[in-house]
Amino acid sequence: MSAHATTPSHAEASHSQHVSPQTLYVIFGCLLGLMLLTLGAAFLDLGRANFLIAMGIATTKMVLIILYFMHVRFSEKLVWVFSTAAFFWLVVLVVGLLNDFLTRGLTVPGK
Amino acid sequence: MAETAPAAAFASTHNPADPRAQSVGNTLPHSHVERHGHHPYLQHHFEDLGQQHDASNLGMWTFLATEVMFFGGVIGSYLVYRFTSPDVWGAASRHLNVTLATINTVVLLSSSLTMALAVFCGQAGDKKGQIRNLLLTMVLGTAFLGIKGVEYYQEYRDHLIPGPSFSVEKLHLETEANPSTLKPEEAREVAVTRGTAINLVMPVKTFAERRAQLFYVFYFIMTGLHGAHMIIGLVILAVMLQWARQGRFTAEYSNPLEVAGLYWHFIDIVWVFLYPLLYLVALHK
Repeated sequence: MSAHATTPSHAEASHSQHVSPQTLYVIFGCLLGLMLLTLGAAFLDLGRANFLIAMGIATTKMVLIILYFMHVRFSEKLVWVFSTAAFFWLVVLVVGLLNDFLTRGLTVPGK
Repeated sequence: MAETAPAAAFASTHNPADPRAQSVGNTLPHSHVERHGHHPYLQHHFEDLGQQHDASNLGMWTFLATEVMFFGGVIGSYLVYRFTSPDVWGAASRHLNVTLATINTVVLLSSSLTMALAVFCGQAGDKKGQIRNLLLTMVLGTAFLGIKGVEYYQEYRDHLIPGPSFSVEKLHLETEANPSTLKPEEAREVAVTRGTAINLVMPVKTFAERRAQLFYVFYFIMTGLHGAHMIIGLVILAVMLQWARQGRFTAEYSNPLEVAGLYWHFIDIVWVFLYPLLYLVALHK
C-alpha cells in the first residue's frame, strides 16, 4: 500500500482500518450461524427467556457487524464513543419504558 | 500535520485529475508540489486525507446515532404494546411468512458481506472488485425488496393491512380460551392482556382485535421505514458504482465508498432486530 509510505501519520492510522476478506468471510459465517441459532431457539418453548435469547443473539450480531463490517474495532477512539453512546441512550430509553410498563399491577393497593 | 509531512510525499500519489503530475512522477520539483501537491479530492478545510477520512467517518456515525434513536423510538413503543398484550402479539406475528423473512435475512447479510468487500476493494484500489461487489450488493438489495413485496402481497390478500378492510379472520386469537386449558406461561400472557383490557374499560375481544391490528401497524411502519432506507441505500450505491467505474476510488481515497458502506451495514443491523421482533415472537406455540 503506497499510502503507508507517502502520507503522514494521521492517514496511516486510518489506512490500518483494512479488514481482510478472510476476516469478513468468517464474520459472515458467524452471522449466518447466529441467525440459524435465533430461528431454532424461537421454536423452543422457553417462556420469557425466548425474548431475552432473541435479543441477546441480535445484539451479538449487531456487535459483530459494527466491529468488523463497519471497522469500528480498528477506528479511532472518537468513533468508539459515538457508536457506543447511541446504543447507550437507546438502552436508557428502553429500560426506562419497560421499568414502568412491566411492573404495572405488581403491587396491589391495600395489601 | 502538513507541516510535519514532507511536501514531496504527495508527488507519488495517484492523481487522475492532473496529467502533469502523472507524467513527471516522483521527480516533481518542489515548486510544483506547492501549487498542485494536494490530492484532487482533498477539501481545503482539511489538513490531509487522513483527517478528512476520519471526519467523514465520524460524520456518518453521528448521523447513524440519530438513526439509532429514530428506530429505537419505534422499537421502544413496540415493546410497550407487545408486553401489555403478549398473547395477541404472538398470535398476530405467527401469521407472517417466516420462511421468506429468513431467506431475506440471508440475502441482506450477504449484501452486507459484498458491501464490506466493496469497501475493501476501494481501500485496495481494486476497481474491478469495487464494481463487481457494488453490483452484487445492489442485486441482493433489490432481491430483498422484491421478496418483501411478495410478503406485503400475502398480507394484503389476507386482509392484514391496517384500515377498514383489516380482518382478524386468519389470525388465531385465543384471548377467550379458558386459562385452565393453557400452559402456565400462556395463561400468564392471557391474564396480562385481559388486565390491560380491563384497565382500558374495553371488552377483551374488541381489545384483542385492536391490538392485533396494532401489531400490523408496527409491522408495516417498521418494515416500511426499513425498506425506505434500503431504497435510499440503493440510490447511494448507484452513485458509488458510477464513481467506481470512473476510477475515483484509489488506495489513497475511498471515503464516499466507506461512508456508504457504514450506512448499508446500519440498514442490516436494523433488520437483525426487526427479524426476531416481528417474525420470531411465538413460533413455539
